[in-house]
Amino acid sequence: MAESTFMLEIVTPEQILFRDEVQFMVAPGAEGELGIMKNHAPLVAALDIGVLRYENTGGTQKRMAVSGGFMEVIDNVARVLAETAERGEDIDVLRAKAAKERAERRLQAREDNLNLARAEMALKRAISRLKAAEAL
Amino acid sequence: MAGAGVREFKRRIRSVQNTQQITRAMEMVAAAKLRRAQESAEASRPYTDTLQGTLARLAAVSFDVRHPLLDKREDVRKVGYVVVTADRGLCGAYNTNLIRTVDEAIERDDRGLENGIITVGRKARDFYRKRNMVDAEFIGLGDDVSYADAREIAQYIMNAYENEELDEVYLVYARFINVLRQEPIIVQLLPLETPEEDTSDESTRVIDYLYEPSADEILLTLLPKYVGSQIYHAMLEGKASEHGARMTAMGNATENANEIIENLELAMNKARQAAITDEILDIVGGAEALKNA
Repeated sequence: MAESTFMLEIVTPEQILFRDEVQFMVAPGAEGELGIMKNHAPLVAALDIGVLRYENTGGTQKRMAVSGGFMEVIDNVARVLAETAERGEDIDVLRAKAAKERAERRLQAREDNLNLARAEMALKRAISRLKAAEAL
Repeated sequence: MAGAGVREFKRRIRSVQNTQQITRAMEMVAAAKLRRAQESAEASRPYTDTLQGTLARLAAVSFDVRHPLLDKREDVRKVGYVVVTADRGLCGAYNTNLIRTVDEAIERDDRGLENGIITVGRKARDFYRKRNMVDAEFIGLGDDVSYADAREIAQYIMNAYENEELDEVYLVYARFINVLRQEPIIVQLLPLETPEEDTSDESTRVIDYLYEPSADEILLTLLPKYVGSQIYHAMLEGKASEHGARMTAMGNATENANEIIENLELAMNKARQAAITDEILDIVGGAEALKNA
């Protein structure tokens, strides 16, 4: 299967979180999910807050929560740039649940000084983290 | 007796030795922290470089994108300076140089505008608070620079800019050249200037990318991230510079302490010699007196 793999790199400001050969990936594109396989045409795509999935060389599916950013695909290297990214297995489910409930409460209470956009983003991030951890 | 003077010297030597121990320890700690700071800076390169490269490429194909952060204002009333200093001193002229750079920039600007300082680091905060110039302060961020802090600072600045509280924003930090040299620099942060494509590289190919959504739209979503990454970069460089400066300053202090100790030892030995000579003279004088009696 080695012939059908390409390089996936997940880069955050603080580190390269992931860099390995994968068989395919699905990224949370701003306008819907984007599936990438080997020999994809050169692409630059904006990403939404959401879950990125990939299948490693062993055929196992893995998930990651990414906080938006963009992805560039060229010459069989897919490089994802996100301000934050977390491996599904590293996510603290309890904390993510608490964050989700907090965001939901804030959105429901609708206080005057509520920054709607920010609260919605927080909720979205929490949901994507729970999905990545497969707890939702 | 060989007493008071010599004892005083001994006390002073011990005191200098104690200080020297502290400066030596601080030098070693700074060296270790410098290494860590350089590693963090290195680890941030892939993100920063890719973001810049992609922005440049997007900017080259998007001609008339409009974004509040790109808007050059005709009527500039207030200029903001984001000043990245250390939280602590004992790092030579590191903090002073940064503050002087800001003051010179304000001086040079002959438009006579209002200025606001956004301080990152306690030293700049303390200095500008006395002058009532602090718009916002971000202090006590610690030795490990986190991107979350950088993003928070970026968010504050972008809000202030979009609400027209600030009309131009500059970023002031120390660029790390080597352990002995750190150079304060000022870069314009807002209005944003998109990075230019590096065309010096011959191998640059013209690649026909697919853009999803359009290049314009991707560019717009990346601009705020570019502000964050610039601030993060400045904080990382500043941290490395701070530790470099402290390492050098403490190294010099340790050497100076050596010199002081040598001088004190010399003076102490002289004083002891003089005391002994005095005593001998006393005894000889006494003996002579007895002989003559």
